[in-house]
Amino acid sequence: MMQPAHHRLIPFFTLLLGLIWIIVSRVDTLPPSAKPEAPQKGFPAPDFTLESREGQLIQLSDLRGRPVLLNFWASWCPPCRAEMPAMQSIYEKYGDYFVLLAINVTNQDTPSNVEAFIREYNLTFPILFDWDGAVARRYGLISLPTTYVIDAEGTIREILVGGPLTEASLLARLETLLGDLP
Amino acid sequence: MFPILQLGPLALRTPGLLLLLGLYLGLSLAERRLPRRGAPDANQLYNLFLIAVGVGLVTARLAFIVQNPALFRGSWLNWLALDARLLDPWTGITLGLLAALVYGQRKRLSFWETLDAFTPVAATLAVFLGLAHLASGNAYGLPTSLPWGIELWGAKRHPTQIYEILLALGMLAWLWPRFQQETRPGTLFARFLTAYAAATLFIHAWRADSTLVTGGFRLEQILAWLAMALGFWLWARLEQGEQTQSYG
Repeated sequence: MMQPAHHRLIPFFTLLLGLIWIIVSRVDTLPPSAKPEAPQKGFPAPDFTLESREGQLIQLSDLRGRPVLLNFWASWCPPCRAEMPAMQSIYEKYGDYFVLLAINVTNQDTPSNVEAFIREYNLTFPILFDWDGAVARRYGLISLPTTYVIDAEGTIREILVGGPLTEASLLARLETLLGDLP
Repeated sequence: MFPILQLGPLALRTPGLLLLLGLYLGLSLAERRLPRRGAPDANQLYNLFLIAVGVGLVTARLAFIVQNPALFRGSWLNWLALDARLLDPWTGITLGLLAALVYGQRKRLSFWETLDAFTPVAATLAVFLGLAHLASGNAYGLPTSLPWGIELWGAKRHPTQIYEILLALGMLAWLWPRFQQETRPGTLFARFLTAYAAATLFIHAWRADSTLVTGGFRLEQILAWLAMALGFWLWARLEQGEQTQSYG
């Protein structure tokens, strides 16, 4: 069955319009205002300064140049407990090549429980205290645990909501950040 | 944005739930237009889907493990990790589709009728993909001062997720009457491919997460244009009464 001539022209003109639309909507670069600090993949990670367990102030932006795994946790959260051995294991193996920051959401926890938790799992990586939950709010934290994978330029590459994360999952992210693991 | 649905200790990801709901509604809608000659019946439709997804997931994980054995040295439980990053998607897609083709051939299903049978699923999923993007805040737009801009990720932005939902709803409304009509095999799928590609090409002009290539062109728009050209070509070719091609 032959189509009327005007029907045959519709695809031609639609494809031509499509080409024009591609040309019209080209941009040299996406504007910087498209990427302010935000807790979203592809955006610069929101900066913060928190106190570590050793009393040291740690600012995220000071860590530029090294990839960061940022893990929000609480001692009462079962999947947080389940994934901590994997966190400790990758830190022991590859801690020289990346920064692991475990932020305790302290406004939902108690210092004694946190200390007991750290001793139970023999955690040696930096534990930071979010005393008033301000950093958790800044990151729009809805669920525990949540892990942010941040590259050396400070851009969030991935957000892992929930857990427990396995060692394979964590290593796969490190490989993305570091290239082949040493 | 509403990315997580917290039910007691369970944190359910809203985008995933929306996609599952879309899949369920799409499959139910697809069932209503069956049976047709050459098309899978409802059981075959579900089997085809489960075989493609099952084979796809298993082979994607196995291929990833073979390529990255060092990541899995620790515990065997790592093999079962519920983590999409630990998949090799191209192997999964290729072998999943191949398994579906073999099943279709064994059941003597028509290739084009089978694609048509899945078109209501794809068209429904397109709407729910937009809803999932709205829930997660992904697929976000460029900053704008237009009055219908939405506050998202530190700026007032084009609500590209809402554009996506509206265009997908329009596409579903356009295809809906054809779900029940007798159409030439494959033309329903070709219409969907053309319309979805056109919508993608249109919306990406306002997306802030496009992949820019040489000359500042957006890769997604170029791919969508090629898909639209393929859709038009298939539509015209199948409309002109090509013989129904069977798997066998």
